[in-house]
Amino acid sequence: MTDNINDQPEGRVPARVIGTPPSNGPILGDEIVHEEKGVPGVIPADPAVAKRAERIVALLFTITFLAGAAFIASYVIFQVGTIDRTAASNYALGSSLSIALLSLAAGIVVWVRQIMPKYNLVQERHPMASDADTKEYVEETFLQGANESGFVKHKLLRRTLLLAAAPLGLAPLVLLKDMGPLPGTALRHTVWGVPTKDGKPRRLVVEGTGQPIRAADFNSPGGILSVIPEGYEEDLNALAKATLILLKFRPDEIKSGTNLNWTHDGIVAYSKICTHVGCPAALYEQTTHHILCPCHQSTFDAADGAKVIFGPAARPLPQLPIAIDSEGYLVAKSDFNVPVGPSFWERGDAEAEAREQKA
Amino acid sequence: MDTTPKAIAGVSTFLDDRIGPGNFLKRNLRKIFPDHWSFLLGEIALYSFIILLLTGTFLTFWFKPSMGEVVYSGSYQPLVGVKMSEAYASALNISFDVRGGLLIRQIHHWAALLFIAGMMVHMLRVFFTGAYRKPRELNWLIGVGLLTLALLEGLTGYSLPDDLLSGAGLRITEGVMLGIPVVGTYLTFLLFGGEYPGHDVISRFFTIHILLIPGILLALISAHLVLMWVQKHTQMPGTGRTEKNVVGAPFYPTFMAKAGAFTLFTFGVIALLGTFAQINPIWLFGPYTPADISAGSQPDFYMGFLEGSLRLMPAWEINFLDHTVSLSVLIPALVPLGIVMTGLALYPFIEQWVTGDRREHHTADRPRNNPHRTAIGFSGIAFYGVLWLLGANDEISANFHISLYETTIFGRFAIFLVPAIAYVVAYRICIGLQRKDAEVLSHGVESGVIKRLPHGEYIEVHTPAAQDIADHIRGKAEIPIIESGVDGEGIPPKGARTALGRLRAKASEAYGTDHVPLEEGHGHDEHAAIGAGDHSDGHRDGH
Repeated sequence: MTDNINDQPEGRVPARVIGTPPSNGPILGDEIVHEEKGVPGVIPADPAVAKRAERIVALLFTITFLAGAAFIASYVIFQVGTIDRTAASNYALGSSLSIALLSLAAGIVVWVRQIMPKYNLVQERHPMASDADTKEYVEETFLQGANESGFVKHKLLRRTLLLAAAPLGLAPLVLLKDMGPLPGTALRHTVWGVPTKDGKPRRLVVEGTGQPIRAADFNSPGGILSVIPEGYEEDLNALAKATLILLKFRPDEIKSGTNLNWTHDGIVAYSKICTHVGCPAALYEQTTHHILCPCHQSTFDAADGAKVIFGPAARPLPQLPIAIDSEGYLVAKSDFNVPVGPSFWERGDAEAEAREQKA
Repeated sequence: MDTTPKAIAGVSTFLDDRIGPGNFLKRNLRKIFPDHWSFLLGEIALYSFIILLLTGTFLTFWFKPSMGEVVYSGSYQPLVGVKMSEAYASALNISFDVRGGLLIRQIHHWAALLFIAGMMVHMLRVFFTGAYRKPRELNWLIGVGLLTLALLEGLTGYSLPDDLLSGAGLRITEGVMLGIPVVGTYLTFLLFGGEYPGHDVISRFFTIHILLIPGILLALISAHLVLMWVQKHTQMPGTGRTEKNVVGAPFYPTFMAKAGAFTLFTFGVIALLGTFAQINPIWLFGPYTPADISAGSQPDFYMGFLEGSLRLMPAWEINFLDHTVSLSVLIPALVPLGIVMTGLALYPFIEQWVTGDRREHHTADRPRNNPHRTAIGFSGIAFYGVLWLLGANDEISANFHISLYETTIFGRFAIFLVPAIAYVVAYRICIGLQRKDAEVLSHGVESGVIKRLPHGEYIEVHTPAAQDIADHIRGKAEIPIIESGVDGEGIPPKGARTALGRLRAKASEAYGTDHVPLEEGHGHDEHAAIGAGDHSDGHRDGH
């Protein structure tokens, strides 16, 4: 497109439709608007325009100077230490920095567009490939060198060199082994199966407060608690597998998928760790008894053994066998009978194994 | 100025005497760079990367990549007395107790988003204009590698502050890694130094995030720029532009100044965003614990497509010889990434195979002029877009009051249908635009002059398109088609006899056939006649 959109007189003449020739020029679009002087392909800027542009650029550069100074001043003036003061400091520093940068950028753009010439310079391209002579020379040199080195002729040298490289190449990988222990059966157990120091079953405590839960107090149907094992309140590795959701049902609400032997008086405990990729399945809808994982929306029916009713999770949330101790607090009767959390290669059909063991 | 100032002359003589840069400068000071707005997209990514290096360095001065437990005692009152990792405490410290810390943290995060967004749009530009073609395939592959690394870099950086939101992302990473057959469990234990979350992952991610990946990125970006420099930039078709030249402005002084200004613009805009558009307010999320999560947890935008594919997937899991193959994790984590990245990496070579085109290309295609390529690109965008959109289906559901499950079920169909529709629509649009071009060449453009013919009819006089526009249109290059027809004795050429050969021949014909050849029609030699108005038959149609 020619560069002369601005050449139109303003007023009655409507703006030119893109692709049409200018009204004041000849209809053939191939004549040159600016007279070319000096170096071909370098079209100098109009001195009057350049003069005006210089003042604009100078103004913009001055703004940058002032804003830059304001940035340094803001650093000194605005101290942090409270939320409000941090916010004020952030705005002062950020806005002065932005103004300084944008103004400098705008200044340079005006400089380039209105003071520097317009260019229409042409440079030749050359094929990327080297010419035949060069190729031939390189090939000859390569072969000569290969032969001189003896690498081709001495078979034993070549083979033992490769042999030598193999273990050295593997060494860095081998070194990484001690980044972590082998998995063993770690993913199959949680701390619920570990008895307390005095050999009693482990109590369920409320996440956050650490209070043990008296079954008689957790008595409103539809209630839900996020529960962790007593003694492991701050052990993130333990919590990553052992966190529970505890729910209270009316007896008639519980369906066949839930193991009644593992409940106490309508209180059911499920693993909170989603069987998809391990997010805490933290959302609960009381009316439908649906547990929803906020990450990928796997949905489990809490009244029916937490079986999957929607989403990408392939297995129900495992149920923890619970009972009460002599003081009436909820405790774990044993560990989960299947691994909790996301699937892993060695997991196999743990549910079937658990059924067989029971039978 | 007629002589070089002494200071500059002195320094340059000193340098030239020792390393002789004169020859390099002689060839390159006036290196020509062609101009087009779309050539600036990659620069956004480049300058964002520079900003990331600068702001990232600042952040490392205060950040403590440790998962050791501390009790918070800083300036953010709501969390005082809360136990948290040292990493999270130091990230809070940067936000509230270091002057400019919050600003730099937010600039760093915004620059990361712009870095990846810049790479994506730059890559789309290169794809749609065919700028990846010979001799630039290697640079294209470097680009694919850069994008992949940038995603990893984003993932590791996102996890560092160790707040509740970043922890959710880390947990999903762990869950996906566990799903890898045979080695997944071992890889996870190696990465996390044992069971999740362990005490090592933050410091390990820190090293990966600030040293390993940035180092590789820096090397690859340098290689990317050197190759661009050596091969010279592609140019859009136009007057005086051929496959054998490059037309534009010189590096010194204009391109240099423009690039400097663009760096400052990029930095300025990111600084504005970092100041006024709050991003990742970690203090609101609290420290990480695997027991908690907040609803509406969303990753950064560039991970959205993986999130969406995880959400879309039905619950498929199989037991294979007593081992678990978790398809509901593996397929969504690997297949979309595989399709997008492998597809991008292989495309130049597949196209070469289909067209048999081994020539060098330096003039960019206008996207319309290679309709099948453009349609494939749009199909890819649609595929990515559906996944990306479904990564936010909980937000869509909440804000537009649509059932959550319906959005998922819609997505399960849309992931196949929408790319197909996008293909057809993009293809038709390309053909339509080509027709428009052909018409401009053969019939000219509306002149705005209404003419009354002797018998009373009004017509609008058309005039030939301006030279530069016409040349731009005439830049349409023919797409070669491989030889597949039978020879005189009814025998197809050697390559086209196998099933694969026949497929290749068919694909080549479909890919290369020009459905809207350009005709010069009533060309320049007739424009004198326009004034006489004897073009009425050609001008009345349409409009």
